[in-house]
This record gives sequence, C-alpha cells and structure tokens, in this order.
Amino acid sequence: MLYTLIVFLPLIGAALAGLFGRVLGVSGSHVVTTGLVTMSALLSWVAFWFVAIQGNAEVVELFPWIESGALEAMWSIRVDQLTAVMLVVVNTVAALVHWYSIGYMHDDPHQPRFFAYLSLFTFAMLTLVTADNFVQMFFGWEGVGLCSYLLIGFWYHKPSANAAAIKAFIVNRVGDFGFALGICAVFFVFQNVEFEPVFEAVPRFVGTEIEFLGGHFDTLTVITILLFIGAMGKSAQIGLHTWLPDAMEGPTPVSALIHAATMVTAGVFMVARLSPMFEYSEFTLALVTFVGALTAIMAATIGMVQNDIKRVVAYSTCSQLGYMFFACGVSAYQAGIFHLFTHAFFKALLFLGAGSVIHAFSGEQDMRKMGGVWRMIPLTYALMWIGSLALAGIPLFAGFYSKDVVLEAAWGAHSAVGELAFVLGILAALLTAFYSWRLLFMTFHGHSRASHEVLHHVHESPPVMTVPLVVLAIGAVFAGMLFAPMFVGEDHGFWGESIFVLASHTALEEAHHVPLWVKLSPTVVSVLGIATAWWMYIARPDLPGRLAAQHAELYRFFLNKWYFDELYDVLFVRPARAIGSFFWKKGDEATIDGFGPNGVASRVLDLARRATQLQTGYVYHYAFVMLIGVVAFVTWYLLVVGM
Amino acid sequence: MDWPILSTLTFLPLVGAAFILVVRGDAAVVARNARNIALWTSVIAFVLSVPLWIYFEPADAGFQFEERVDWLAEGITYHMGIDGMSLPFILLTTFLTPICILASWESIQTRVKEYMIAFLVMETMMIGVFAALDFVLFYLFFEGGLIPMFLIIGIWGSDNRVYATFKFFLYTLLGSVLMLLGLLWLYFQFGTTDIPELMRAGIDPFWQRLLWLGFFAAFAVKIPMWPVHTWLPDAHVQAPTAGSVVLAAVLLKIGGYGFLRISIPILPDATVTFTPLVYALSIVAIVYTSLVALMQEDMKKLIAYSSIAHMGFVTIGLFTFTPAGVEGAIMVMLSHGLVSAALFLCVGVVYDRIHTRLIARYGGVVNRMPLYAAAFMVFTLANVGLPGTSGFLGEFLVLVGAFQANTWVAFLACTSVILSAAYALWLYRRVIFGVITREDLKAILDLNKREVAILAPLVALIILFGVYPMPILELFHAPVENLIAQHELALEGLRGATNFAAVQ
Repeated sequence: MLYTLIVFLPLIGAALAGLFGRVLGVSGSHVVTTGLVTMSALLSWVAFWFVAIQGNAEVVELFPWIESGALEAMWSIRVDQLTAVMLVVVNTVAALVHWYSIGYMHDDPHQPRFFAYLSLFTFAMLTLVTADNFVQMFFGWEGVGLCSYLLIGFWYHKPSANAAAIKAFIVNRVGDFGFALGICAVFFVFQNVEFEPVFEAVPRFVGTEIEFLGGHFDTLTVITILLFIGAMGKSAQIGLHTWLPDAMEGPTPVSALIHAATMVTAGVFMVARLSPMFEYSEFTLALVTFVGALTAIMAATIGMVQNDIKRVVAYSTCSQLGYMFFACGVSAYQAGIFHLFTHAFFKALLFLGAGSVIHAFSGEQDMRKMGGVWRMIPLTYALMWIGSLALAGIPLFAGFYSKDVVLEAAWGAHSAVGELAFVLGILAALLTAFYSWRLLFMTFHGHSRASHEVLHHVHESPPVMTVPLVVLAIGAVFAGMLFAPMFVGEDHGFWGESIFVLASHTALEEAHHVPLWVKLSPTVVSVLGIATAWWMYIARPDLPGRLAAQHAELYRFFLNKWYFDELYDVLFVRPARAIGSFFWKKGDEATIDGFGPNGVASRVLDLARRATQLQTGYVYHYAFVMLIGVVAFVTWYLLVVGM
Repeated sequence: MDWPILSTLTFLPLVGAAFILVVRGDAAVVARNARNIALWTSVIAFVLSVPLWIYFEPADAGFQFEERVDWLAEGITYHMGIDGMSLPFILLTTFLTPICILASWESIQTRVKEYMIAFLVMETMMIGVFAALDFVLFYLFFEGGLIPMFLIIGIWGSDNRVYATFKFFLYTLLGSVLMLLGLLWLYFQFGTTDIPELMRAGIDPFWQRLLWLGFFAAFAVKIPMWPVHTWLPDAHVQAPTAGSVVLAAVLLKIGGYGFLRISIPILPDATVTFTPLVYALSIVAIVYTSLVALMQEDMKKLIAYSSIAHMGFVTIGLFTFTPAGVEGAIMVMLSHGLVSAALFLCVGVVYDRIHTRLIARYGGVVNRMPLYAAAFMVFTLANVGLPGTSGFLGEFLVLVGAFQANTWVAFLACTSVILSAAYALWLYRRVIFGVITREDLKAILDLNKREVAILAPLVALIILFGVYPMPILELFHAPVENLIAQHELALEGLRGATNFAAVQ
C-alpha cells in the first residue's frame, strides 16, 4: 500500500490538475499537485527506511499488462535498495521543484497544465525506477521522454522551444530504438522479460553466441550494447547528447528536475539495475567506461566557453553523467549511483539558483549581460557558491565524496580504459571547477553589464522559491558525508542484492586503497581550476578574449559544440528529407503511378468520358465487372452440375 | 437452433437502409430522418454486438455462433461464424459506424439520404466479411463493401474525386479478378468453398503458390502494401471525413484479415515460400512511406502514408508465425483502427471550420482549441507508438516476433520508432503549436459537444487498451496458437518433402 501510494499519488495529482485545471483554478492545481507529490516524497523516505536501512526489499504485483505466448509482463512495483535510493532522489527533488515552481511560474497563464505535466513526469519516473520487468521500464522510459517533450515545448508560442522539444524526443527515440531491440533480444534469448528470471538465467548464457544482423556475436554483449544505446540517449552521452543543451528552452524548474536530477540519470539507473547482465560482458563495460569518460571531457570543454547560464549548467550535467557512467563501466555501480544521488541535490540547486538569477535579471540568460549583483541577491549568491563547491568536489561538500570515489574506482580498476577514464576525469574536474567559477564570476562579480532598467529590478526571489533552494543546499552540503559510509563504504551490505558485481571486479574495493596522489589530485585540480577562473575573470578580465583570439580554431570548435549539430544535419536530417522527397515525387508519382494506374486510368477515363457524362459512371463499370464474375461463376457452376 | 445473431447483426444495417429508402417528404425532413435512422440503426448494431463479446468463449479455438444454411449449391453454403481473430474486427466496425455517422452529421449536406444508405450498406458488408466462413460469401462481402466506398468518395469527395476513385477502382479490380479466378479454381478442384474445409484440403504445393499470388494481389492492394499503395493517399485525400475513417479503420484491415483467414491457413506451404517476399515489401513500406510521410504538405496524405507504414508492421507480424508476432499484428490492426480513425476525425474537425487540409495553412491552433489539441496529442502519441497507448503494444509485439524470425527485419522495422516520431510530431507542431497568424484561425472554435462525444470514447479506448489490453489479447491466444500449430505442421511437411527428395 505504501509503495502503491508513492507511485500513484503524483498520477492522481496530474490527472486532477490536467483534467479539471479550469475548475480547480491556479491555486487548486498547486495544492493538489504539490501536496500529493510532497506526500509521496515524505513516504519515500519512510520507504527508504524500511527498504534500504532495514533491508526489506519487496515486489508488489498490481495487474497483468501483456500476455502473448511466453511473453508476460505485469504492472508491478519493485522496491529494493536501488529503487529506494531513486525514490528518495526523484520524489524529494520533484517536491522541491513543485514548490519552487509556484513562485517561478506565478505569472504564467497555463499553470494547471504545467503542474499536471510536472506531476505526470514524476509518476512516469517512478514507474521507471520501480519496474520489475523490461517492458514496464520502457513504459516509464518513454513516459518521462514524453513529459520532457511536453515541458521543453511548454511555451509553445516559441519556435525554438518547439524545435528543441521535437529534437529531444527524436534523439531520445534513437536511443529507444536500441532499447526496444534490446528488449526483443532479451526475450529472444531468455523467453522472459521479468528481471528476476532473466538475471538468474544470465550466467548460463555466458560465452554463447547469437546471430544478429548476419553475424555471430556474444549473446550478452549484443543485448547489453543495445540496451546501453537506450541509456546513452536518455542520459545524453556523446553522440546522443545534442538534445540536452537545447532542452534548456523549457522553464528552468523543468531543467532542474528533468534535465539534471532525475530523467537524465535514468540511463545510469538502468545500467545499475541491469548490472547482473552488464557484469558478464567485459566489452560492454569497457564501452560504457569509454563513452562515459569521453562525454565527461567533451561536455566540460564545451561548457567552458558557453555564455548562456543554463547551457553551462546543462553541459556540466552532461559531463557529470559521464562520470556516473564510467563509474558503472568499471563495475563501481555503487559509486555511480552515489554520484547520481549527490549530483541530484547540487545540480538541482545550481539550476534553480540559475533560475533565481534569471528571475532577478528579468529573464536574461546571457552571462555577458549580467555581473556585479552579488550584494543585491546575497542569498542566491551564497546558494550558488554552495552548489558550485559541491560540484567542484571541494572537501566536505557532497560532490567531494562521490566524485572522489568515482575517480578512485576508475583508477582502482587497473585497466587501460579505467586509467583513461581516470585521466580524462581529472582533466574534466579541472574544467568543471573552472567553468563553475567562470559562471559565478561572470554572473555576480565585476561591473554589471546589464541595462539600468534590468538592474533596477534585480531582487531576491520570494521564500517559496528560496526555501526549496535552502533545502537542496543542505543536501548539497551533507548528502555526501552522511551517506558515503552507507553507499560506498567498505561494507557493501547496504545494497543487498539490488546491485550485482562479479567477485573479480574489484574497482570499488581498490578505490579504498589508492596512492595518496590519486586521492588528492581531484581536489588539487579543482582548486587549480577555481584559481584559473579567478585569474581570468577577476584579476585579468582581458585574458579570455585574447586567449580565444589566439586559439580561434579551438575556441570555435568548443563554442560550436564540436559541430555535432551541423554534422547530424548533413548526415541525417537533410538526406532523410531529400530521400523522402525523392521517393514521393520520383517513386510514387513518377514511377508507380506513371506506369501503373495513371497510364491505365487515362485510357479508362477517355472511355468513361465518352460513354457517360455522369460523375459516377465508373461504378457501373465496377458493378459490370462483378456481374461478369458472377455470371462466369454461375455459368460454370451450371456446366459442372449439368454434367 | 439458437437465434442467428451473426446474420441479424450483419443484415440489421440493411434493414435500416431500407427504412431510409422509403423516407419521403421535403429535403430537410428527409435529411433529418435519414441521419436519425442511420444513427439509431448503427447504435442498435453496436449494442447487439456487445453480447457477442460477452457470450464469446475465448478459450475455444474453433468457430462460435456458427450458422450454416444451404445456399447456392452443394459446397457453397451460407456459412457464418467467428473466432477470436474476427470478433474484435466486428466490434471495431460496429463501434466506429455510429461515430462515422455522427461525424457526417453536419459536414454532409447534399444527398444525405443516399449517403446514409451507402454507409449502412457498407457496415453490412464489413461485418459480413469478418463473419463469413464460406469463400464465396467472403468474396461477395469483400467486393460488395467497395461499391459504397466508391460512391462515398466519388459523390461526396473533394475536387479531384474522380481521379481518386478510378485509381482505387483499378487497383482493387486487379486484385479482385485474380482472387475470383483462384476462388473458381478451388471450387472446381474441391467442390467446396467452405473455408474450414479448404483448410483441410491439402492443396498441391505448386497450385498453392499460384493461388497464393492471386489472393496476395487482392489482399496486398487492400492493406495496402508497397508498391500497390498509391491509391490510398489519393483516396483518403478525396474522401469525406467519415469515408477516410472507415477506409483506414476497417477496409484496410480486410486485407490483413484475408491473409489471416484465407492465405495462411488454406495455403500453408506457399505461405512459407513467400514469407521473404512479404518481409521485403513490408520493410520497404515502413522505411519508404515513413520518409515520404515526412515530406507531406497535406494532413490527410501524411496520415495515409503513416497508415501504410503501420500496415507494414501488420504484414511482418502475421508472417513471423510466432505468438507475439501474429497477436501483435492483429493488435496493430485494431489499434490502428482506433488511432487512424481518430486522426482522420481530427483532420475533419479543422477541415469543417477552415476548409483546407494544407498543413501550412494552420499553426497555433492550440491557442483557440485547447481541448482539440489535447485529444490530437493523445492520438499523435498513439500513432507514434508510445507505451501506455494501444499503439505501442502491437508494434512492440511485432518487433519481438520479428526478432525471433529474422533480426534484420526487426532492426529495419524498428527504425519506425524514430521515423514515426519525426513525421507525427512534426505534423503536430506545424498544426497545433506556434502563434496564430492567419485571420480565419483567430476565430476558430474549440470542439463542440458532438465532436467531444465522437473523440472522447476513442481517447478512452486508446489509453485503456494501452494499459490493460488483456480483454482483447486473450481473444487471440487460442486461434493464434491454432494457426501457428497448423503452420508448423506445414513446415514439417515441407522439410519432410525435401528430405524425401534428398533421399531419392
């Protein structure tokens, strides 16, 4: 009952606000959605207590969904330790974002719709993390994608928002293409889509091969790679990341909830949930590590030169997701989920803080038009500092514990790809600290570059917005030190059976026994990054421009986001449209119709025109042909019977 | 003998049509009475079809509610009966006909009487085709349903209706003639046209192949499969709204149903032989028509092309001969029946107001029509196959089945996941989102009560079957299991034959 309530309360809120928004009015919608999600959040902590602390994992089966041959999928709620952690993350951030939105969206005319979408998203995310089979996971997976689409395009009068929404959906669908095939492959191999039976059967298929697209490949590698493509799409990993920065077109609370704390981490959750499968494919694990490491550094280089405050944070998210993935890739799933956990707090804080800044600057998002306001909005300023300190991994803040253990595990894997991840991770950590303080300095310090009118309006946000920020800030400070012993301590008992690691994969073990320089380097580079940002944006503000001019090529490469969008446009978008046009005009109209019906039809049409002026003349022809058929049939029948 | 409920249901609409025929008076009175009689007849037909579902025994793989009366000759009887594969289509027909009549309530103003008669006759033919268990009967209903459709497009269609009707006519003529020849051959050979008996006939493999191709011509045109699909976009564009609805929702399904009822069970060996051909054409259809859909400027044409892509899933699923694949294919047909009907109705709603189907003429509709936008969103998502809508389930099961049959087929069919999202959301964005710039859109009104009554049941069913499809799925299990068992037998026979040849 407890778990059912946790999952379905947000749905009830969404349905009420969505269907009866006009009756409930704005405040009514606030009350039902925010109230129910908050209730769900509080219950999640109770569930966390029952499940994670006391170790009572449970599966609640609701009712059957699909039955077809051997394929059976139930609607169910699986709550184990991994789910419990996700429940807490999702619902806590969701509740805080609901509260924050009451203030942030206060003058929007479509608030019931907005809150309905937010709650619907929460529900979809909950069905994802509580899924007990692949198909329900896919339901939640696509459901969060839908809500993301709806919320990115929430301001539907903006063409850029509509374009970003479609882009997000379609790029995610490229990932889902892999996910869907992966599920098909799972069923093909295991004749089952429920987690437990599949996980139990996995060891029997180690070393076997299946035929896929004409070749023979390792069964588990094929399956896990297909599934991982899905994770790459949802979690914006390199190649499928292009939608995430554009998704910032949505209202800022959406960015905080969906595109920082919860939905984009679904890919990481998936890999951890399916650890009993991923563990048995060294190749896929190496791929996960490699993709994660590459994403971490790529996104950091781009984030370093962006001028839109939200895009900086977005690329930072992308980069941090890379960390989570390479942690999973070296079999330190616990560390990946731990980073997911702390990241949810400080990144939601940074996003909502950025929202607060944008709010203060009357909607301005370009950091080049900000600056010099830290005395006017001290609370926001302080909170942004806390978020940045946590993100950069400064000791005692949440990010310190999780990022350190991620990097140490990468080192501890003692594999080539693990070391690569470690090196790129350290580099990315340097850049992370740099762009975070670049953001702080450009936004709050120096001479203000905003217009007088805008500056005049700069104000601190109302308590309904700042209180959620403070709660998140508390998380950003304490979530690391409080939960580190539990999540990634030397005793792994906390996770129970929810995460499976082969005994030969000892990265997390090794992480506790790394050389001192490995332990210190993340902190050292972070401090270095902060110092560089200070040097470039406070001490010598002329430097960035000169550097950019000196390395124009590189600067443009980063500024233009490694030209991914341009590349995809040339590779996919334009060819698809050109081929579509070609098939339509040359295929259907010129070839098929030209040789087929039009050729014949023009003859018939001539005849018909001559034969009759009636528009419906052809019907008689048709009836005539049928008549011939019947006559032929009867004649022949008579002949046969007659004989 | 029990009450012949199938015949009653089948011919009830004809009775209604007869009543409309005798309506007299001035034009307005005739129109009003014709509408009312048509609506009530179709509603009664729907109500009558519900007990069919209630008293149906899903666990029984055989035919139920059977009726058999001597008819044309020995071997050609009036044989009706349904199993779990035909029942849902009958329900779909009886459910959609009242909706179609309601949708034509105001948009059809000329020759209302004839229009309503055509619609009721069509309903009889459609129910009949799904209930017929004799091939001659099947053929008569199959062909008979086309005549009212020709009339509906040809008389109540748009500007270029004559061209569209001719095209439709030519294609279907080709298929029908070949099917008729096959039918004649069967009777000549076996002295019966009873479908269950023909299943046991054991036709010579060589003749099976010829017959298969003949029937294939008829069914492939109907579904339609690439490359005999080009009649469909034109027919849809020219047809009045309700015509498009019936065409997409029910008439196309007769092709798929034909494969299921005739080709696969009667000609099992040939079915095995031609499976690669079906896969190839279906894959081409999915990729090709999805890309074409992406470029369309006319809303109805876009939805028509998307229909062809979805029917590609049907043909793939049917020929996987796995429970998931076949059940998925039937599910795609049913879901598409609801979703395409709903999408065409949505086009009709704005067409009635603005009188254009050009996508570029719209934009920002959500500002004036939030209810409409919400309904359209649900249908778009179902068309995209989002889990939680009926559209997901069928396609997913087909993919699962296809993966078992051939990974390339699954891989290429799966591209539809991406392409369908592209064309469907792109359509939605251009019509619904944005700012209203055109004068005539600024005064456009949201759904009226009649339109809500039409669309709301569709929204409800699409979501219901997305979340809880079991009542429908359980109908398929027994007959599909039967079908696959038959197929496996045939397959073994083939292998046996090859082994035998090898031994010799």
